[in-house]
Amino acid sequence: MTGHRYQCAFVSQVGYARPMVTPITPVSDEPASFTALLAAEERVEPRDEMPEGYRRTLVRQIAQHAHSEIIGMQPEGEWISRAPSLRRKAILLAKVQDEAGHGLYLYSAAETLGASREELLDALHTGRQKYSSIFNYPTRTWADVGAIGWLVDGAAIVNQVPLCRCSYGPYARAMVRICKEESFHQRQGFEILHTLAHGTPAQHRMAQDAVDRWWWPSLMMFGPPDDASEHSQQSMRWGIKRFSNDELRQRFVDMTVPQAEALGLTLPDPDLRWNPERGSYDFGEIDFSELYAVIRGDGPLNRQRIAHRVGAHERGAWVREAASAYEAKRADVRGEVPA
Amino acid sequence: MSTPPAPSPPATDRSGPALDDLLGIADDALLAAQWLGGWIAEAPVLEEDVALANIALDQLGVARALLAHVGELEGAGRGEDDLAYWRGPEEFRNALLVERPDKRDFAVGVVRLLLLSTAQLHRYAALRSSPDPVVAAVATRAVTEVSYHRDHARGWLLRLGDGTPESHDRVQAALDAEWPYLAEVLEPTTDEEVRAVLTRDIADATLRVPADPPNPTPYAGGRAGRHTPHLTAVLEELQQVARAHPGASW
Amino acid sequence: MSDWPLWEVFVRPRRGLAHQHVGSLHAPDGALALRNARDLYTRRGEGVSIWVVPADRVVASSPEEKDAFFDPAADKPYRHPTFYDVPEGVPHL
Repeated sequence: MTGHRYQCAFVSQVGYARPMVTPITPVSDEPASFTALLAAEERVEPRDEMPEGYRRTLVRQIAQHAHSEIIGMQPEGEWISRAPSLRRKAILLAKVQDEAGHGLYLYSAAETLGASREELLDALHTGRQKYSSIFNYPTRTWADVGAIGWLVDGAAIVNQVPLCRCSYGPYARAMVRICKEESFHQRQGFEILHTLAHGTPAQHRMAQDAVDRWWWPSLMMFGPPDDASEHSQQSMRWGIKRFSNDELRQRFVDMTVPQAEALGLTLPDPDLRWNPERGSYDFGEIDFSELYAVIRGDGPLNRQRIAHRVGAHERGAWVREAASAYEAKRADVRGEVPA
Repeated sequence: MSTPPAPSPPATDRSGPALDDLLGIADDALLAAQWLGGWIAEAPVLEEDVALANIALDQLGVARALLAHVGELEGAGRGEDDLAYWRGPEEFRNALLVERPDKRDFAVGVVRLLLLSTAQLHRYAALRSSPDPVVAAVATRAVTEVSYHRDHARGWLLRLGDGTPESHDRVQAALDAEWPYLAEVLEPTTDEEVRAVLTRDIADATLRVPADPPNPTPYAGGRAGRHTPHLTAVLEELQQVARAHPGASW
Repeated sequence: MSDWPLWEVFVRPRRGLAHQHVGSLHAPDGALALRNARDLYTRRGEGVSIWVVPADRVVASSPEEKDAFFDPAADKPYRHPTFYDVPEGVPHL
C-alpha cells in the first residue's frame, strides 16, 4: 500500500532533511490508540479517537490556513481587472481562483473534525479566528503581484511542504494538492518580476520597490522566533508541525537569495551575507513589533479585508436561501426528506 | 509517417466574417471576462467564486484567440494586447449588454450570463462551419465551453426564479432590466431560435418574459462604436497599467 | 436553512481506474454539487468522471470496531497465493 506516505512534489526540490524527531510519550488524556498511531508514524483519520487538544489545535490551524487563502484572494484580486496584458490577466485569474480552491480543500479538511464551514466563516467574520497578517499589507503596484507570488507564495510553500506529512490524514492530503498547485503560483510571480527587472527603467524600479516592501513581511510569515512561539512544542509532538519557525525561515532565506540574484534585484537587508561556517545566509534582525501590531489588527486594511469578505457573504445570503428553498420544493415533489 | 502536411490557410482569408463582426464577438467575450473576473471574492459562496472564475477564463480565452486573429487579418502588426489595451472606447464593438456595471447583484449576473451565453452558443455553433479555419477552430472549442456557461446560468435562473419570493422578485427585476439589451447580441439568423430557448428557460423558472422596449435605440449602438460612459470607466481600469508604460513588455 | 449540505466527491482520474475520494464541498442540490466538483477538483484535468454523495448518506465502519471488522481477514493466509508451495520451474502458475 502506498496510501500512507504522502509526498509533495516539493520535498525533493526543497531538500528537507529528516524532521526533528520528538520522543512520543503518552499524556494522561491521550487515548492509547492515538499514541500508538503517532509512534508508528501512521496517519490519524477522521473517526479515530484523538485528544480534544489535538482536534482543537488542528481546527484552529486548518481554519486559519483556509481563511488566509480566501482573504489572500483580495490583495491580488484587485489587480485582475488591471493586469497589463491578457496573458497576465488569465494567469492571475487562474491563480486567485486556485486560492479559492485551496480555501475549499482546507475547509473540507476541517469539516472532517466536526467544524462546519458556516461556523468557521462566522469565526473569521467576527474576528474570533485569524488569517495570515501578510494579507493586511496593501498591493501598491503591478509588481506587487509578482512579489507576492515569488516571496509570499515561496514562503508559504516552505511552510506547507512539511504539512504534506502532517499526522492528520485529511489535512496532509489537502496540503499535497495545494503544494502541487502552489508551484505555479511562485513561478508566475518570479516570471513577472524577471520581466519587470529586465524591462524599462521604470519597470525595474517598480520591481525593486515591491521586493523592498515584501521581503521583511514574508520573513515574518514563519511566525515568531522559536523561543517566543506558544504552540510549537505540542504541535511538534503531535506531528502537526515538523520544523521550527526559525528552521523554516532560514531555509526560505537560503533558497531565496540566489533567486534574487538571478532576478537582478537586491534584498533590503544590509546584514545579509553567506556564512560559510553555518553553510547558510546570516540575515538582519526582524522587527517583530510590527508583526504583532498587524496580528492585533492594527491598520486599516485588516478592517477593510474583513468588511469585504463579510459584505460578499451577506450580499449572497438571499442566493443561498433561494437555492435551499428550491431544492426543498424539489425534494418535496420527489417525496424525500431534504438533506 | 508520409502524410503530406495540411495546406496552411492563407493568412488573409477574407471569406469569413467581416472584421468588425469578429471584433464584436471578441469584444463581447473580453468585456464578459472583465466583468465576470470582478466576481472573484464577491460570490455568494466560495464554490461560486471558482465557477465564475472558470467561466471568465473561458471567455478570456476566446477573446484572446479572436483578437489575435483580427490582428493578423488586419495585417497592421497589431497583436491581442494592442487591440485590448490601445483602442479607445469608440473603437470597441461589444454590445451594451456586457459593458454596464452589475453592482455585484447576483441576479443581474445570472440573467446577463444567460442572455449572453445563449446568444454566443448559437453564434459560435454557426461559425463552426466558417470558411475561415481559425474562426471555425475557435468556434468549435467555444461551443463546448459556452454551453457549460449557459447551463450554469440556466440552473441559477431556475433556483432563483422558483426559490424564495425575494429571489423571484430580484431575478424578475434583473430580467426586466437586462432584456432590452438582448436584441443587440442577436443575429438575424439566430434571433428567433435564441428567443425561443430563452422564453422556455424563463417559463421553467416561473418568471415572465419582459416586453421588448418600444424604442430599442437606447439599448444598442455598441456594435457601431456608440457606447455608454460605463465602457470608458471599464477601459480606464483595464488599460491603466499598460498605458502608463508605453512600449513595455509584461 | 442557508447552510447547504455537505457532499463527498469521488473522481475517476482516468479510464481503467476506480473513482477515488478527493474531498468534499457544499451545494444545495446534486446538480450543482456535480458542477462545483468539476470546477473545484478537476481544474487541471484530474478526472474523467465524478460522483457526488450526500455526506450524511455515507455509512462507515467505526474505528473502534476495527479489530472485530478486519482481523478475521488477517488470519486466513490461504487466501493469498504466496501461501502455497510450488515446485521450482513450473510455468504460468
